[in-house]
Amino acid sequence: MTTSEPRIGVYVCHCGLNIAGSVDCAAVTEFARLLKDVVVASDNKYTCSGPGQEIIKKEIAEHKLNRVVVASCSPRLHEPTFRAAVAEAGLNPYLLEMANLREHCSWVHMGEPKQATEKAKKLVAMAVARARFLKPQEELHVSVTRRALVIGGGVAGIQASLDLANTGYDVVLVEKQASIGGLMAQLDKTYPTMDCSI
Amino acid sequence: MTDVGRHPKIKLMVSSEVTDVKGYVGNFTVKVHKTARYVDEKECNACGECAKECPVSVPDEFNGGFGTRKAVYQPFPQAIPSAFLIDKKNCLGINPIVCAKCVPKCEKKCINLDVYDEDHTFQVGTIVVATGMDVYDPAVLDEYGYTRFENVITSLEFERLISAGGPTMGHLVRPTDHKLPRRVAFIQCVGSRSVKRGNPYCSNVCCMNTVKDTLLIKDHWPEVECKVFYIDIRAFGKGFEDLFKRSKAAGIAYVRGLPGQVQEDPNSKNLILTVENTETGKVEQHEADMVVLSVGVEPRRDSAVVRQLLTLSKTPDGFLMEAHPKLQPVDAPTRGVFFAGCAEAPKDIKDSVTQASAAAARASILMSKGVLSIEAVTARVHPDKCKMCGLCAPVCPYHAIEFEKGKKKPAFIIEAACGGCGTCAAECPFGAIEARHFEDDQIFAQIEAMLAERPEESAVVFACNWCSYAGADLAGVSRLQYPPGVRLIRTMCSGRVAEKFILHAFKLGAPLVLVSGCHFADCHYINANRWTQKRVEKLWDKMEKAGIRPERLQLEWISAAEAQKFAAVMTDVDKMRRQVTQAEIAQTRKILEEKPKL
Repeated sequence: MTTSEPRIGVYVCHCGLNIAGSVDCAAVTEFARLLKDVVVASDNKYTCSGPGQEIIKKEIAEHKLNRVVVASCSPRLHEPTFRAAVAEAGLNPYLLEMANLREHCSWVHMGEPKQATEKAKKLVAMAVARARFLKPQEELHVSVTRRALVIGGGVAGIQASLDLANTGYDVVLVEKQASIGGLMAQLDKTYPTMDCSI
Repeated sequence: MTDVGRHPKIKLMVSSEVTDVKGYVGNFTVKVHKTARYVDEKECNACGECAKECPVSVPDEFNGGFGTRKAVYQPFPQAIPSAFLIDKKNCLGINPIVCAKCVPKCEKKCINLDVYDEDHTFQVGTIVVATGMDVYDPAVLDEYGYTRFENVITSLEFERLISAGGPTMGHLVRPTDHKLPRRVAFIQCVGSRSVKRGNPYCSNVCCMNTVKDTLLIKDHWPEVECKVFYIDIRAFGKGFEDLFKRSKAAGIAYVRGLPGQVQEDPNSKNLILTVENTETGKVEQHEADMVVLSVGVEPRRDSAVVRQLLTLSKTPDGFLMEAHPKLQPVDAPTRGVFFAGCAEAPKDIKDSVTQASAAAARASILMSKGVLSIEAVTARVHPDKCKMCGLCAPVCPYHAIEFEKGKKKPAFIIEAACGGCGTCAAECPFGAIEARHFEDDQIFAQIEAMLAERPEESAVVFACNWCSYAGADLAGVSRLQYPPGVRLIRTMCSGRVAEKFILHAFKLGAPLVLVSGCHFADCHYINANRWTQKRVEKLWDKMEKAGIRPERLQLEWISAAEAQKFAAVMTDVDKMRRQVTQAEIAQTRKILEEKPKL
């Protein structure tokens, strides 16, 4: 796939009223449509929903998009979702960019719809500008050592160690005190069963 | 507990501490320091003959100091490993050998004073943090007289008093006269739910623990009168309300109100509690033979150690912060690390066990795959652009850059060891290092788009992915309002923010630039943000010399949990942005056009 001549699709999410409550999503979409290299832009009530993702996938094929900008929530939340969606449409997942209109805009400027909308436009413009320079990336695969370290031998450490060991993994259980048992071992009876702690 | 001791897949290391963790998800190298036990763990059959000979007697910490133990001892009868050990601090004979009376008493010849502490190294793929909690120390709450009146004890001390394995063999006695107390008063929320003293949060376990204690007393000694002084009883779990009702039906008096003062009758050693009963609105006095302080739960006092080893953060209450409070409550922000039990928040046994099983399952998911992918944000050197200056190698927190001065070989980055902070790329003066997915042209494009029109309306905020960007997210989730004149550019680490980005922003008319990252102890890339600070300090000097107000470049450390701080900083930044005049911006642009690198 060529990465030159960017063809960008912009998808503005309402997130119900979470974004649309203080940002004029239609205006942001209109603004995005006029940005350089943007081929298609639309808004959707819930972009992360199944149908929302389907639109992106369909339009990647239809408009031969090679970059996707989703203007919705934090990438810390839904970047994996949209990366998977663009990957399903045959695009490298690193050709996705997100503009955080919810956590960084609509939710923190709730009483200022006009200014929030202007800021949202700016955030989308920044995301589109960045998207134009995105490159496909390959992830490095590393092996995982099949042994776990459990730090602390109280009731939680004991349970985690036993579950891991019974699943078949080697476990190193490190306890600071001279015995496992932790605070639980000091309790006489425990609620709600009123039986012994040890 | 015994299952752990005999499980063939579990290597149990007691009297041990993790001293170092290196590597990354799937491939951690862990160092463990094991303190010498002096008694052969496998051979000892816990007969106890050694302890009979030991001349040392110290307070028994397991029994809350109510009893004594020897310097060679077993922590408690059901201890695992089921073996004695020598407490080096109190033993007379370890160095130099002056006592050693226990050695010949052991028929199995298990005791050897000529052993040393050991250091072990392990390779592990995942880590479960189950470091637990500490119990609130009520000594500071002087009005309850814990340090002045012997018959005021904590709920944990009470546990030892009524335990069949405890110092009184389970006979409930009060400390002063060793007689059965006829009236026992429980005071709730000691060290919990108070902004002024102790901790502001609810400790989760104390209400039900007291309900349980009152039932234990009534089961064994029906004649003992119990009163519970409380704010409200939180019996929210499955089966909890039933237990609470049983306690009330058993005749326990629940008095709504926390005593303001506990006094002692010097003759009887009884205690007089003064309390405002909030149900009647009257100030009452209640006499009790013994007072139990239902103490709350605290983050472990040594939790900074594990936080630094694994680059974890804490929430404002001091407990470890999870990757997401609702959707990833078991995952640490550091990939491959999981939480079990009270390290993350106060929990009872059932919740601890539940979270532990969840942590084991989460760790198993990673390990069962055997292979995992690392996000493609690692750095690469373009050998053709590298001028072999070597500036990049020392800034790498992971020592992932191979470079030897004088060898005339371009720097090389070991990708598997690279954490992806991008500090090397920011440091390279020749643009020879590509921080994948956070490349120079991508960041320049964001800056240019932000400042394309009316640049004076935008404060440029660089935010690191793990702390300040996450703090901004939390501010959003918490609906904390701040002015809209700030726009964020995300980088993985503040170490990625190169001088040229900041200068480019000023050149395009940015009124204010803020670089924000994690607090030093929280840096997700070991110590990459120390370079952020050095770089910003250097730039402040240059700006001052060139005639640009250094205050226009701000530096702030904001953690992922500090949403309020984030909102406050944004409010300040916006205020500072407004104070920068058009004339000042024009002057800066002129300076930078003449001397782009200052």
